[in-house]
Amino acid sequence: MKFVDEYRDGPLARDLARAIAAEVRPDRDYRLMEFCGGHTHAIFRYGVQDLMPGNLRFVHGPGCPVCVLPMARIDQAIAMATQHPITLCTYGDLMRVPASQRQSLLKAKAAGADIRMVYSTQDALAIARAAPGQPVVFFAIGFETTTPPTAVALNTARAEGLNNFSVFCNHVLTPPALRAILSDSTEQGAHIDGILGPSHVSSIIGSEAYAFVAKDHGLPLVIAGFEPLDVMQSALMLVRLINQGASELHNQYRRAVSPEGNRKAQALMQATFAPRDSFEWRGLGWLPHSALRLADDYQDYDAEQRFPVTLGDSREIQGCECPKVLRGLIEPTDCKLFGHPCSPENPMGACMVSSEGACAAYWSYGRSPRQSTST
Amino acid sequence: MTSTDTNKPRRRFFSPLDMHQGRVDLSHGGGGRAMAQLIAEVFHYHLNNDLLRQGNDQALFGPLRGRLVMSTDGHVVAPLFFNGGNIGSLAVHGTINDVAMAGARPLYLAAGFILEEGLPLADLERIVISMAEACKTAGVPIVTGDTKVVERGKADGCFITTTGVGEVPEGINISGERATPGDAVLVSGTLGDHGIAILSQRENLGFGTDICSDSAALHDLVAAMVEAVPEIHCLRDPTRGGLAATLNELAAQAGVGMQLREAEIPVKAGVRAACEFLGLDPLHIANEGKLIAICPASAAERLVNTMRQHPLGREAAIIGEVVKDPQQLIELETPFGGRRLLDWLTGEQLPRIC
Repeated sequence: MKFVDEYRDGPLARDLARAIAAEVRPDRDYRLMEFCGGHTHAIFRYGVQDLMPGNLRFVHGPGCPVCVLPMARIDQAIAMATQHPITLCTYGDLMRVPASQRQSLLKAKAAGADIRMVYSTQDALAIARAAPGQPVVFFAIGFETTTPPTAVALNTARAEGLNNFSVFCNHVLTPPALRAILSDSTEQGAHIDGILGPSHVSSIIGSEAYAFVAKDHGLPLVIAGFEPLDVMQSALMLVRLINQGASELHNQYRRAVSPEGNRKAQALMQATFAPRDSFEWRGLGWLPHSALRLADDYQDYDAEQRFPVTLGDSREIQGCECPKVLRGLIEPTDCKLFGHPCSPENPMGACMVSSEGACAAYWSYGRSPRQSTST
Repeated sequence: MTSTDTNKPRRRFFSPLDMHQGRVDLSHGGGGRAMAQLIAEVFHYHLNNDLLRQGNDQALFGPLRGRLVMSTDGHVVAPLFFNGGNIGSLAVHGTINDVAMAGARPLYLAAGFILEEGLPLADLERIVISMAEACKTAGVPIVTGDTKVVERGKADGCFITTTGVGEVPEGINISGERATPGDAVLVSGTLGDHGIAILSQRENLGFGTDICSDSAALHDLVAAMVEAVPEIHCLRDPTRGGLAATLNELAAQAGVGMQLREAEIPVKAGVRAACEFLGLDPLHIANEGKLIAICPASAAERLVNTMRQHPLGREAAIIGEVVKDPQQLIELETPFGGRRLLDWLTGEQLPRIC
């Protein structure tokens, strides 16, 4: 397949692996945090860790939108769908995320709530168009990559006078999360030597958005694509920067990411959304200015305003270590619940649900390999 | 009116069903004359065979010799019509294949229809014609059936359940638990075609592709295979959950693991591309005209050559082997040079695929 196979080439991977092995210093460790779930997925899907020298470890970051959504937001969505006569449209991944009181969107749907799985914002708009009197709420989640499509949907709804459409906005911002992780790592947090920076997110916000990582935290960051060779090349770039002691920002993913990003998408986001004062992240707690709400001008389309709910206490499942996994403090297999009882069929935490979650990746691709790996 | 008129058998139905504009209504399942007419003009007319014409609530056949197998399969695919087939042909192929995976020769089928009020009769006729064609090609008749009609909104057009009976030849002993360490694992052709053909025609996905469903009856291929290699240990068709689910099922049943080479697993470029942008793994996608065979390694070459001589096995390949593994894992060697597990598909990302 053109423009895909080139980035998954076995011989090139072995060349890169040799280059990395030649560059790493035997007397130290290299702990590289890959920010995005897309990176985590590629590392496991292609067995990239197996190709790395033993003293280079990938530490998994919080860049999985489903994983960082706190349980309270799922509870709120379920309450909206059960306390109001609405149609709730959501991405498939969210359906199985555990909510309070052993609930999930999937279970709420089975119990009679009108919850539909959609593939895009356009599906949700189509559902709203087909049923003019019926309130249709789109459960919007994701980082800066999925925010512009939600903005387009909101503007389309307004242009068409589609007043039965609204958005439950859970869009979050990457730089504040990264800042939180790095601030933490200076104290009791994960020790990190370098960062594989977000890939698709950066195509929207641009590589310059991460200048603070080098400046404020003294760490190298390489914007890395999602293909396995992208990850390996970025790892090589990071190893070199670490060896030179250079805290610099580099861009491996130049075929998609520019320093300034996608200005049009940024303008659209700015016009349609406004920053929240504070937002709760699973694992990272409440972070200031880390998420978006609908701009004042779009309040009529804000599902939180239109469908207020009464909520009980949201309590994360006891023993679930998603918060520590998301901060790179522990590996999924260190969690007591991993495997029993927590598995993709019976998830206790969100990291086991999404294919981008570190726990799901460990479970699906990396669980107890038969022969010992060649690290 | 003369006496001869009254003695003449009455015409059974006043006017034929309107196959162009007509729709299924509740009377077609009510047990009255309308139902009899639907059965006569649609089902009996197209599926016509001696056993069905007996006109009883059951088909009388036999006696049969030897060991018999029986299998049943419900079909709820959406959309009803797709590139490469429709729910009718799928329902015939699906059950023939389940019977054939015992190495058996399928003999007879039964079909149960649940129709939704409002289904265009033209659609129903198209479905039944394609069932009749599939039966004729396969040489396996539908000998008895049933029809129910439910109110609008209580079904999705048409659901079909088919049941099949088949005869297992002497000396053939095929079962999932027979997979043995050292055995070779084979597939009969490219994987994921059916699932991607269906997905591409879903309203909310609708992407352009020339991928056709691989829906086909595999009993003829199986007959050639068991004749050439009677010592085949396992056969199974990788339908829902794809290759991954089927191999994990077999591994659990036999208490073994498997080691596969991803580069040897045939997948069409178009299927790979579609999976790439939908974020799916082709090895989790449903097939309706492919089989997995497990046989002693010494017979693998003979088996793959036999399969390649059959039109439904042209792209057959040996993809790996059965290994001893108490954890019963399926492990893939990736073309990239790493290794990964091939796990079951989790949840239901692709509902109503067959």
